[in-house]
Amino acid sequence: MTGHSFYETLRHLADSWGLLIMMLAFLVLAAWPFRPGARQRNEDAATMIFKDENDG
Amino acid sequence: MPFGQMERGTTVETVLTRAGIWLVVFILAIAAIALAADGAYAIHMGIVAAAALVALTATVTRADYTAAANSILRAPADPSRYDDDPIRWGIIATVFWGMAGFAAGLFIAAQLAWPVLNLEPYLNFGRLRPLHTSAVIFAFGGNALIATSFYIVQRTCRARLALPGVARFVFWGYQLFIVLAATGYLLGATQGKEYAEPEWYVDWWLTIVWVAYLAVFVGTILKRKEPHIYVANWFFLAFILTVAMLHVVNNLDVPVSIFGSRSYPVFGGVQGALVQWWYGHNAVGFFLTAGFLAMMYYFVPKQAERPVYSYRLSIIHFWSLIFLYIWAGPHHLHYTALPDWAQTLGMVFSVMLWMPSWGGMINGLMTLNGAWDKVRTDPIIRMMVMSLAFYGMSTFEGPMMSIKSVNSLSHYTDWTIGHVHSGALGWNGMITFAAIYFLVPRLWNRERLYSLRMVNWHFWLATAGIVFYAASMWVAGITQGLMWREYGADGYLVNSFAETVSALHPMYILRAFGGVLYLAGAVLLVVNVWATILGKLRSEKPMNDAAYDAEADRPYVPAMAN
Repeated sequence: MTGHSFYETLRHLADSWGLLIMMLAFLVLAAWPFRPGARQRNEDAATMIFKDENDG
Repeated sequence: MPFGQMERGTTVETVLTRAGIWLVVFILAIAAIALAADGAYAIHMGIVAAAALVALTATVTRADYTAAANSILRAPADPSRYDDDPIRWGIIATVFWGMAGFAAGLFIAAQLAWPVLNLEPYLNFGRLRPLHTSAVIFAFGGNALIATSFYIVQRTCRARLALPGVARFVFWGYQLFIVLAATGYLLGATQGKEYAEPEWYVDWWLTIVWVAYLAVFVGTILKRKEPHIYVANWFFLAFILTVAMLHVVNNLDVPVSIFGSRSYPVFGGVQGALVQWWYGHNAVGFFLTAGFLAMMYYFVPKQAERPVYSYRLSIIHFWSLIFLYIWAGPHHLHYTALPDWAQTLGMVFSVMLWMPSWGGMINGLMTLNGAWDKVRTDPIIRMMVMSLAFYGMSTFEGPMMSIKSVNSLSHYTDWTIGHVHSGALGWNGMITFAAIYFLVPRLWNRERLYSLRMVNWHFWLATAGIVFYAASMWVAGITQGLMWREYGADGYLVNSFAETVSALHPMYILRAFGGVLYLAGAVLLVVNVWATILGKLRSEKPMNDAAYDAEADRPYVPAMAN
């Protein structure tokens, strides 16, 4: 494979499947804390920093 | 294994092995001095030899050394306490390098206003400028990040640092990196790449230190006692991993000789430029943004004594930054040989970054929802709020400047310098100062800071300093941009370059004045931290008190009818 067509292959991969997979991965990760039943977990995570009083 | 136990359990063989390693390093460094191809390399190997000698001495006299350090720094050997020694050292190093970096910045600002201050060759602007940028970003910012990440990861995992010996190596190794980088610039050993100036062997050393840092951080997360990994640790981990990748790729160089300080990059031409700015912008995105956001997501809720406004928003903030930042670098190469589509890609991703950045700013600010009075009563909270305000401001200004038509005016002008400093002095500086003020009484077991009123003075001096800095650089940048592009009726440029320089002179003086104010604030930080560590308490009027009027504090007496 010549250097030029390797470049072409990569850029077509980047603006088709690569873009789609990245987009889906982002959407799933961003939506994950909004899944049903996650409210309590988020609250626990947000308040866990106050459990610790041993600041020595 | 807790550090105290490990120290007591250190056998004679391990001491001998470690001492042997340092001795070999020492001998190799001495040999490298003898074979050195240039002066800078010889001096650097001299520094390495000295560092190896110090490490050797420390290893041999370890027991006494630890005891001595403990008596100064009051470290508990008790396994029920967190391992905070490297954090105490890190805070002191942060304050020290901060002063050095701010002073260097003020000096080069004065050099631009009064060129006679260029002391050739070692202290001219060209050599001191990277010294300033590296000192404030990597020495001040880097030490703050290492110290706070070690503090936060222990508290949020409720576990002591994994690999305590390696954590100490990270601290001292990072200081050696700073010294090698700084002396290299003054001696003229540089790769000439912005924010990646250190030469090849210094890069290799930093890579070793950084992998050790990653090992300590991930090791501590792995031994956590909390089920969830707090979001601040996500940001720290992204910062450590991405900086490792950026640093290695941008510093793929071929040394001319292993006994010399010269090297040539693997990537040339426009590819080299793109790799450099992919590195450079993500140094901003992951070092100065993700790392400091980690500090924000821990210290702001702690100081406000209420959880972060929305934990969900913090997760969206995290993933958006991760997915978007890495593509924004090409906006540094608008109107260059870089293909147009790549420039546009960089611009589009930069503009998209605006929203998650503001989401994060809102998340930080709204953490104070219901406790807004703390902005009035607590100067540390006030610093945090100002820092978030500057985060918001520079993450709006940045996307705006990445738009090609705006960039054609702003690029290569002092507007860029003003933008960088509103982010660096405002966002990074203020959140670091707030974190230091939060940490020092806790780390040294003090009732409170030496003086809260001095924190307040620091806040106002720093804020006024940034206003002078940013405002003068906006005016200077736009003046410069407009003068450079001004054509006369005959089609010739109206202004010569020297004319634009003399037009900026008053702005350069105002910028230096802003630097004086910012440095003056930092001097108060030094005094306050020093006195707090010594255990002094300044007797002062409290920042806030309920109003009392002795005149009005009387029973009602009806007026006599007469």
